[in-house]
Amino acid sequence: MTNALEIEGLVKTYGDGFEALKGIDLHVAEGDFFALLGPNGAGKSTTLGIVCSLVNKSAGKVRVFGSDIDTHLSDAKLNLGVVPQEFNFNQFEKVFDIVTTQAGYYGIPLKKASESAEKYLRQLGLWDKRNTPAMMLSGGMKRRLMIARALVHEPKLLILDEPTAGVDIELRRSMWTFLEEMNRRGTTIILTTHYLEEAEALCRNIAIIDHGRILRNTSKRELLQQLSSETFVLDTAEPLDKAPVLDGFFSHLDDEGAMVVDVQKGQSLNGMFIQLEKLGIRVVSMRTKANRLEELFIRMVEDNNTSAASRGDAA
Amino acid sequence: MRTDAMLTAYKTIVTREIRRFTRIWPQTLLPPAVTMTLYFIIFGNLIGSRIGVMDGFDYMSFIVPGLIMMAVITSSYSNVVSSFFSMKFQRSIEELLVSPVPNWIILAGYVTGGMSRGLGIGLIVTLLSLGFTDLSIHHLPMVILTVFLTSALFSLGGFINAMLATKFDDISIVPTFILTPLTYLGGVFYSIDMLPGFWQGVSMINPILYMVNAFRYGILGVSDVNPYIALAMIVVFITILSAVSLRMLARGKGIRH
Repeated sequence: MTNALEIEGLVKTYGDGFEALKGIDLHVAEGDFFALLGPNGAGKSTTLGIVCSLVNKSAGKVRVFGSDIDTHLSDAKLNLGVVPQEFNFNQFEKVFDIVTTQAGYYGIPLKKASESAEKYLRQLGLWDKRNTPAMMLSGGMKRRLMIARALVHEPKLLILDEPTAGVDIELRRSMWTFLEEMNRRGTTIILTTHYLEEAEALCRNIAIIDHGRILRNTSKRELLQQLSSETFVLDTAEPLDKAPVLDGFFSHLDDEGAMVVDVQKGQSLNGMFIQLEKLGIRVVSMRTKANRLEELFIRMVEDNNTSAASRGDAA
Repeated sequence: MRTDAMLTAYKTIVTREIRRFTRIWPQTLLPPAVTMTLYFIIFGNLIGSRIGVMDGFDYMSFIVPGLIMMAVITSSYSNVVSSFFSMKFQRSIEELLVSPVPNWIILAGYVTGGMSRGLGIGLIVTLLSLGFTDLSIHHLPMVILTVFLTSALFSLGGFINAMLATKFDDISIVPTFILTPLTYLGGVFYSIDMLPGFWQGVSMINPILYMVNAFRYGILGVSDVNPYIALAMIVVFITILSAVSLRMLARGKGIRH
């Protein structure tokens, strides 16, 4: 299968000598839903910026669907749609004009551009706002506008740099649904996000980057298998004043008063329920706690910080 | 990118530019019309009648070509510098950078946008001048060539200024401290024959003098310099500034990290 994105030995050194990328390699398969995770300043946006031609690379190779950005930049760009982290449209222009103008930059004639703009503005719930200047939109609408603009030329690879930053949970969920549908229809998606719950919910493969180096590049499943424990949230019939003491299990109450129990890999849940039964605590529902990825992520980044300090790398 | 796709991209940039300056017409089209009307009234009618004849023409007829050229120069320059810099400032330039539009199409689109405003203003000022004097054209091809090439040249100048600018102050420094003095000292209001020998020599290194005089030759048939040398100079400058602009775009000067 063709790779949607191939990055080899990518290096970026800024004018002030700061080495943002220290020779990273990354392959994203066609049709994948891929997350690039890392703390602030890790090199995520620099990597995506180079792929999208917004940042000049210092060394290395980048290919988009086989088109090298050094030799076939135009072909590479035709396959790419970009949703940046910050709003980057003319705030005075109308929503419809912003989307059709972007299509025009890709050589799409106005009639076809208008049809495509209508399709995506409708799908993203912005059709009623098509004649509104962008500055009048809410933050969530502006994010959706950038997604419509990125899709108007029907790219095969969609890159989203923190697409749901500052978006409320309801809208975030609807954007997830939209992106999952795009991916199902064949669009390869790469996203960076600070919401690890988002990466866990959407992505099949994940790379973790820190200090300009890729720490891990693997499937979500494999990554999560590294967890030595799993966390369950238990809702009880009667509210608890304090977490019960359970032999062999660590438990505490969360902010909403639900019982949270850590279960080690291979440990039987039966033992936990037997003890709860003896304590007269009736469990009415149970769910796995999301953000398992967060735990792994924090652990990896902390380990890398320790290694970086021992190597003498600048943070 | 295919040729038809490049043509669509070029039309998109030009349409966007024209839409921009027509949307804000009270800032872009009205001021030069008002300013030039005041020039015609004050310098042409009130003061001009006391100055008398210059190069064989009444003063109003003498200054009209220069004033049209002045409006074309400043409008072409300021359109590109403000439009491109505000795209940089709002980061909407990234819309173009991520797209497959070749750099030369980006440059051609912005220059055409600048020329559209510059030539539009030139037409407005010309029509206004007809209320004050009779304009007869001595050499139409010279008029058209000079005004088109000058407008293109200053659009390119505005583009380079915008590429180099990092803050709003930077886009007003060149028009205020370089362009305006050169225009005023470029023979718009006087013939350099009136100057002492030394200052005539100094004036000859002012490129705007050549453009104003080539245009005046096209309209009145009089010029302080050879109009064909002036045209050749403009072409040379356009070639140099185009090369510089394309080089800056390729390197991403001020627009890519």
